[in-house]
Amino acid sequence: MAKINMVQALNTTLHRAMATDDRVLVMGEDVGINGGVFRVTDGLFEAFGRDRVIDAPVAESGILGVAIGMAVAGLKPVVEMQFSGFSYEMMHQMEGNASRLRTRSRGQFTVPLVVRMPYGGGVRALEHHSESKEVFYSHTAGVKVVIPSSPTNAGPLLQAAIDDPDPVVFMEPKRSYRSFKEAVKEEQFSIGTAQVVEAGSDITIISWGAMMHDTLKAVADLKKEREFSPEIIDLLTISPMDTAAIVASVKKTGRCVVVQEAQQSFGPASEIIAVINDQALMYLEAPVQRVTMYDVVMPLFAREQLYLPSRADIIQAVQKTLSF
Amino acid sequence: MPLKSVETFDLKRLEVLDETGHVDEDLEPSLSPDQLVSLYESMMLSRLMDARMLNLQRQGRLGTLPVGTGQEGAFCPPVMAIRDSDWFVGAYRELGARLMRGEPLTNPLFLFNGHEEGNVIPDNDRTLPISIVLASQLPHAVGLAYGSRLRGETGTVALAMFGDGSSSEGDFHEALNFAGVLNAPVIFFCQNNQFAISTPKEFQTKSATIAQKAIAYGMPGIQVDGNDPLAVYQATKEAVDRARNGEGPSLIEAVTFRMGVHTTADDPTRYREDDMVKEWEKKDPLIRFKIYLTKKEIWDDDREEKLTAKIKARIDEAVAEFEAGRKTTPDAPFDFVFGTRHGIIEDQRKAFLARQGKEGHHG
Repeated sequence: MAKINMVQALNTTLHRAMATDDRVLVMGEDVGINGGVFRVTDGLFEAFGRDRVIDAPVAESGILGVAIGMAVAGLKPVVEMQFSGFSYEMMHQMEGNASRLRTRSRGQFTVPLVVRMPYGGGVRALEHHSESKEVFYSHTAGVKVVIPSSPTNAGPLLQAAIDDPDPVVFMEPKRSYRSFKEAVKEEQFSIGTAQVVEAGSDITIISWGAMMHDTLKAVADLKKEREFSPEIIDLLTISPMDTAAIVASVKKTGRCVVVQEAQQSFGPASEIIAVINDQALMYLEAPVQRVTMYDVVMPLFAREQLYLPSRADIIQAVQKTLSF
Repeated sequence: MPLKSVETFDLKRLEVLDETGHVDEDLEPSLSPDQLVSLYESMMLSRLMDARMLNLQRQGRLGTLPVGTGQEGAFCPPVMAIRDSDWFVGAYRELGARLMRGEPLTNPLFLFNGHEEGNVIPDNDRTLPISIVLASQLPHAVGLAYGSRLRGETGTVALAMFGDGSSSEGDFHEALNFAGVLNAPVIFFCQNNQFAISTPKEFQTKSATIAQKAIAYGMPGIQVDGNDPLAVYQATKEAVDRARNGEGPSLIEAVTFRMGVHTTADDPTRYREDDMVKEWEKKDPLIRFKIYLTKKEIWDDDREEKLTAKIKARIDEAVAEFEAGRKTTPDAPFDFVFGTRHGIIEDQRKAFLARQGKEGHHG
């Protein structure tokens, strides 16, 4: 089986979704003729035309606002924010309308749309191109937040987002876009379900997005040094979170490390620790550790690697938790 | 009852110096030979610095870089029309303008090498750092202009630059509307370079011009040939004079062309024809300005050669300083989160420094 990267997986899924469902429409800045700045929408314009692949004016609020109307009218818009750092201009449409129309109309009007956005650091980019602000959207009731971590899960999750009856913010870890390839088998992934990537009994390690790849490598490194049996969970959906998977795992292992790229305070790791506190506190044999970025404005790339969580940080946290 | 016309509108385009170097003497602005030569030098510095930075980027010594080549005739002349005490609020494709405002030549090198320190300008310089989120800087210009006036600086204006793509953003419309309502002394200067990355103007707006958007907000609007430094200067000067005299904001659309990439991450061959680029090469602002200066007998090939050598030496010096590196403190980001010290940030700084020591990282 040919190996593909995450960009190819997403691109294939979009081609297939548009071919099989004529309600699916793609809109965003430079998504048409240019095929997207990361080429995720490459070839869609040629295949499906300008009516369904719209090169939007540079207006993020407009893109989401118009997509809300399209969704209510029966289309399934998959819109792109060119970088997550430009998505805040659409925040009022997300918080004020996309997330609430179902509640406001008591289910009469719904907003089945997907907002794709590359996010995260590690690609030596300009300002606003490296942040991990998934919590902005996961802190908005009515919005689902999905983060794939590999070519294998990116495609099925994007399809699940397109099929979902609610607005889904689909955050693509751009560091993982082309950094590795996989032979993609047809696997089932659903929104709201985490994946146990590796089953184990000594410690639960939870991550998502680009840090998932670093986590797997850190575990592989540590396994060369010591014997231990980790249970690794890829969160995949930030909200609504698969709390059952987290709790079941921690009850089994009694130890947990959470690895997030986002800044430390008020992030998803905080929520995971709160869930463990609520439902599995008495099973813990060590305090839950979190490996995160610091509470600083994301530095430009000269300092970026100093601030992003590293494999060494993950190993250190796992060691500390195991030996507590 | 018959329909009555309640308003009529007219929109002008200003051209002073055409691409053959012919000048309309009736419209020629009154700039001294020194000013003209200085403007040419600034445009040339911008052009050569862009080329050098592009070269460094291709060698992996700089990161992603926006390039302004071809637009020097648009972004340089407006700076001559304002004073040091005025505000300059730019986007990210006006390198020459920033250098004219006094930014050190090493700044763009450090900035595009990933150092925030490359945004630091001399004290009291009224130039805001580059703004990457499109149009987000435009309301700031309104606030700066209004704020300065309210604090007693009656003559201070703000010059704000942005591109054609930005004119689609809500912030653009909100800024113009605010400026109109507050009668704020702002000059909104649009560099319409035809493409927002790959998106051509006809996908960006159904308006025939960007200048006409001024009409909706109750301010004068004008289109100028953006590769004509004299027209750009003249239009800006008139707008600045109006703003200083309390006559409020203006919108200028300078029609120009980005001859190179949007940024180094971009491949323009995907979305525009070579013919279009060749057409615009003929309209190069440096070429026509050189002809103009030569005809005025204040420029010649000898001076051109000396200038090029002088600029290249200046750039070499800046690159050498950049390559020698700068003493950076790895934990500087912790210094600027807040203006006050807080336990959680300082605790994280301690953890960060301890971690650097352990892992042997160096800033």
